[in-house]
Amino acid sequence: MNEPNEDGLKKLLRRVLPRVEGEPEPGRDLWPAILKRLDAQSAPAPWFDWALLAALVALVACFPASIPVFLYYL
Amino acid sequence: MENGRSDALDEFRQGSVDAFEMLFRLHQRAVYGWILCIVRNPATAEELTVESFWRIYRAHARFQPEMGFEGWARRIATHAALDWLRTTRRETELRSEACGELAAPAKADSAMSAEIGAKIALAFERLPPKLRIAAVLAVVEEQPQKDVAAALGISVAAVKLRVFRALRLLRKDLESRGITP
Repeated sequence: MNEPNEDGLKKLLRRVLPRVEGEPEPGRDLWPAILKRLDAQSAPAPWFDWALLAALVALVACFPASIPVFLYYL
Repeated sequence: MENGRSDALDEFRQGSVDAFEMLFRLHQRAVYGWILCIVRNPATAEELTVESFWRIYRAHARFQPEMGFEGWARRIATHAALDWLRTTRRETELRSEACGELAAPAKADSAMSAEIGAKIALAFERLPPKLRIAAVLAVVEEQPQKDVAAALGISVAAVKLRVFRALRLLRKDLESRGITP
């Protein structure tokens, strides 16, 4: 699977894209950012969303005829 | 020490954030370094390290301690980097179009001009992400092919094939732009 000029192209690539040397370290502590992501994942939905959902359910329960209207606008 | 690490792996599997932090502190450099090899930009590598560890935590229930944490983390990180390469590929294509064509210099000496170097780097970025990731790890970073295969979740033969296809595409692309490697 080797072409005759493949080594030349590999050398050229290594010149253009030098290897990452040593053991690089992140420039900052990444743990706080990870915790933030984890918190965002587990954060509960805001109370307003729940209130809106409850209002919608109540409306649909009281006026079932409004269901097609909601479906139309979805 | 080994017992402590093994306990941490078990606790992590059960979702302990403390155990996860311990594993993060132990492996973050390796994961960051691996991602940096692929994306070649420290700021992007930091972002992807965060993304990778977030994915790692989300998948904690699927972790099998007997398989080892580092290889598993590296595999998740490789996929996070691959997703990033896919999203940025279109930007590279647009950048390439904006750069236009450059005339190839006469081959009077072996010194490579900065312009040609930039063209080659850009052509490399244009490769399909799956081929590019195999080529950058196996050719540029000279990582053992079995490690590349494990990180990509493919066989060593498939890595060789991807590298071969990457080099062939790169050569074609460069030749179409008047650069003979």
